[in-house]
Amino acid sequence: MAELELAAPPAEHVAGLSSLKRLAIVPAMNEEASVGRVIDELNAFDPGMDVVVVDDGSVDRTAGIAVDRGAHVLRLPFNLGIGGAMQTGFRYAFEHGYDIAVQVDGDGQHDPTELPKILGPVVSGRADLVVGTRFGGEGEFRSTAIRRVGIRVFAWTVSRIVGQRVTDTTSGFRAIGRRGIALFAADYPHDYPEVEATVMVAKARLRLVEVPVAMRERVGGRSSITALRSVYYMVKVLLALFIGLFRRYAVPGEEEDK
Amino acid sequence: MTPLAVSIVGALASFAIVLVVLELIRTRRLRERYALLWLLTGIVLTVLAAWRNGLNTIAGWVGVRGYPPAVLFAVGLLFVLAVLLHYSTVISRLSDQNTILAQRLALMELQLRERAEQE
Repeated sequence: MAELELAAPPAEHVAGLSSLKRLAIVPAMNEEASVGRVIDELNAFDPGMDVVVVDDGSVDRTAGIAVDRGAHVLRLPFNLGIGGAMQTGFRYAFEHGYDIAVQVDGDGQHDPTELPKILGPVVSGRADLVVGTRFGGEGEFRSTAIRRVGIRVFAWTVSRIVGQRVTDTTSGFRAIGRRGIALFAADYPHDYPEVEATVMVAKARLRLVEVPVAMRERVGGRSSITALRSVYYMVKVLLALFIGLFRRYAVPGEEEDK
Repeated sequence: MTPLAVSIVGALASFAIVLVVLELIRTRRLRERYALLWLLTGIVLTVLAAWRNGLNTIAGWVGVRGYPPAVLFAVGLLFVLAVLLHYSTVISRLSDQNTILAQRLALMELQLRERAEQE
């Protein structure tokens, strides 16, 4: 494995972050090749940030490696899928009273040194959910044709629904504040959650901000979305979005507002 | 050709199925995964009811003469069998997961009891 770059990517550059209780949620399923490095990089970025790895029914050494690196590990008894895994992380964050949580995939495609970009707007109180987009000119993004079409369709649809321009609804590189944590702890979509979650945030009258980030190639494992599933994925999510238009969402209470 | 009244009643009933499915998803009582199956069923039924010559036409394609509704029964029966088979796989998975949960719970209970006794 390549040597770690520990060029002190400083969390201190994010003003106000150190006073917040902060958590990194790392969903991981069979990511023994990369999860250790992800945890090390998170610790290098911000030693004061707790790391919770949600092991989604791995059959490899993911959980053991994560425990060895000092992360908290929530080991799900069987595979729940990314939606169920992430919600476990949000529940953990909610019950332990975290102010801010970031989602960083266990496969290593999200670069912790990019975290200041998605943390900033939440810390400054400008946003409740920040999504790191791959289409903001930072780095390049390669994918199959069908996935690119899907991403376009979702971006167009979600932009119309939430009334602001979004480009990357499927990105899993996100930061979320207290009210968003409370919302997702109570209710989070199942199979392919990111697109619907974006809409839920807007429906709950929380503020959504997209920032351009660079993403890396996967370190190990493989994407959970195969070409064959892409079509089902699109139909299912579009149906969910359509139904979502007629669904009443809980608006989290305002009591924790200062 | 199907009598007009039958067609109208059939189309209304089929459309009601679609509405019920949509409402079930909206109130989160049905996952989208299963909803897609039922929506498709509702839509096919609606089309068959509204397209008044449809059954005869389709029976003609597959070479059924004399009693066109036989096609409907055959397709319907196959569909129901497929759904039942699918449910069997779902129940099998749920049973497996239930076993794992029970085992984990037993292990955790023991761990807790032993820890409590140590203190």
